[in-house]
Amino acid sequence: MQEEIIIAGFGGQGVLSMGKILAYSGVMQEMEVSWMPSYGPEMRGGTANVTVILSDTRIGSPVLHEFDTAIILNQQSMDKFESLVKPGGTLIYDSNGIVHHPKRTDISIFRIDATDEAARINSPKTFNMMVLGGYLKVKPVVLMKNVLKGLKKSLPERHHHLIAMNEKALIHGGEIIREISHNDLVRV
Amino acid sequence: MKEIKLMKGNEAIAEAAIRCGADGYFGYPITPQSEVMETLMALKPWETTGMVVLQAESEIASINMVYGGAGCGKKVLTSSSSPGVSLMQEGLTYLAGAELPCVVVNVVRGGPGLGTIQPAQSDYFQAVKGGGHGDYKLIVLAPASVQEMADFVDLAFDLAFKYRNPAFILTDGVIGQMMEKVELAPFKPRWTNEEIEKNHPWATMGKKQRKERNVITSVELDPYKHEDLNKKLQAKYRLIQETEVRLEMIACEDADYLLVAYGASARICEKAVEVARSKGIKVGLLRPITLFPFPTLEIKRLAAQVKGILSVEMSAGQMVEDVRLAANGVVRVEHFGRLGGIIHSPSEVVEALENFFLKA
Repeated sequence: MQEEIIIAGFGGQGVLSMGKILAYSGVMQEMEVSWMPSYGPEMRGGTANVTVILSDTRIGSPVLHEFDTAIILNQQSMDKFESLVKPGGTLIYDSNGIVHHPKRTDISIFRIDATDEAARINSPKTFNMMVLGGYLKVKPVVLMKNVLKGLKKSLPERHHHLIAMNEKALIHGGEIIREISHNDLVRV
Repeated sequence: MKEIKLMKGNEAIAEAAIRCGADGYFGYPITPQSEVMETLMALKPWETTGMVVLQAESEIASINMVYGGAGCGKKVLTSSSSPGVSLMQEGLTYLAGAELPCVVVNVVRGGPGLGTIQPAQSDYFQAVKGGGHGDYKLIVLAPASVQEMADFVDLAFDLAFKYRNPAFILTDGVIGQMMEKVELAPFKPRWTNEEIEKNHPWATMGKKQRKERNVITSVELDPYKHEDLNKKLQAKYRLIQETEVRLEMIACEDADYLLVAYGASARICEKAVEVARSKGIKVGLLRPITLFPFPTLEIKRLAAQVKGILSVEMSAGQMVEDVRLAANGVVRVEHFGRLGGIIHSPSEVVEALENFFLKA
């Protein structure tokens, strides 16, 4: 099994830390992992993205130009990465701020309104964990118990009291994600 | 139990430096290697092992602090990225001339000039051919994973002290910034002054009971003596060439075509080998781990086996010159690489291979 993921959005949305928690979850499941961030000028107040690879075998290139799954959290990232999902792959997006919804019909598309939901339940900081939970519902590449271990590993100890809240958000994300059928794509 | 962590290449350099018993780090921040010093500052080794971590006023100061520490037989290192390493070239040739062991890390970014902060491999000539003046060589290691970033710090110090020569870790923004699993080595104690005096009698530790004082210098104004000194250095470099070549070969046994790549490009080529083989093209990868000493003999041997060699580096073609010298005209050698901070994709590598060698 090899899962190649791009997570892309604005700086400050928790894109890099979401990737880090996912990578750590892979470590806890004794998989090979790599985490390659964008660290260029774009991360200084613009778009941020991270490539995460989870694999049962040795990972070759940590830098990729096509992906099994794209998790897209803003319009710029949609413009950049929708076309880079492999045919048959998966695109997950948060609709907040999205003007041009995805159009491809050769991939599975899921929508998660995590920004709205996090605001509704007054817990904006758990937004990225909701998205991660949604992703893991669609692609259960790591077991939830290993995600929780990964969360613990990647959070500094002073933040460990937040783990329960993050766990709730992970589960909630799995509940609110929904697949967009290709017929709906035409309508939105 | 094994201690497996997820960390950036730059963080691994810092952790490994403390664990291998380094005495001092002197550096100046620059993207994409700033996490080296940031991690050292966060880990505060001066409170545990006694290792000194100092932000110098410049890269020139850093390398000269390294010179001072190395002269005392201490395990000292610095790290920087391309423009900063250019500033260190004078210090490096002095260290080589005075035969001082030390470790210098270059997390390469795109040049020339201030260039870009994105990854590149365009400092190969500077590291391998000598960016400073004079006939000198650095021992150059090229890690291709976060694990190797950690392992090569200790290895670099071993080689540096074995040969009394600066050792250089030539890496890039990809390997420095990416996170992978890494198993950290157990802590080694720092050398005591008694150990340094016993094992490295050249070190300037004070004259004490010895008859002659130790002098660390790279100057010798008597040309005959200076020629002898140069001959001694050249003999040392030949010995290093004969004994310290390290490389990795992937799928070379039945290869019709050979990729040669180091560092991040080697990782990309690993995937390119898979892509090419899925298309029915038998491609292998030779990854030099040491750039000096260069795996000349192994490339020469494979040159007789394959129909073409493609050297892949994020530069306009630097290592390709050494690959051509090794192949010595037996087979066609071409170069492929993106420039200025762009990272080539595995499919671009395969396409280049096809364009060079498989199209009539």
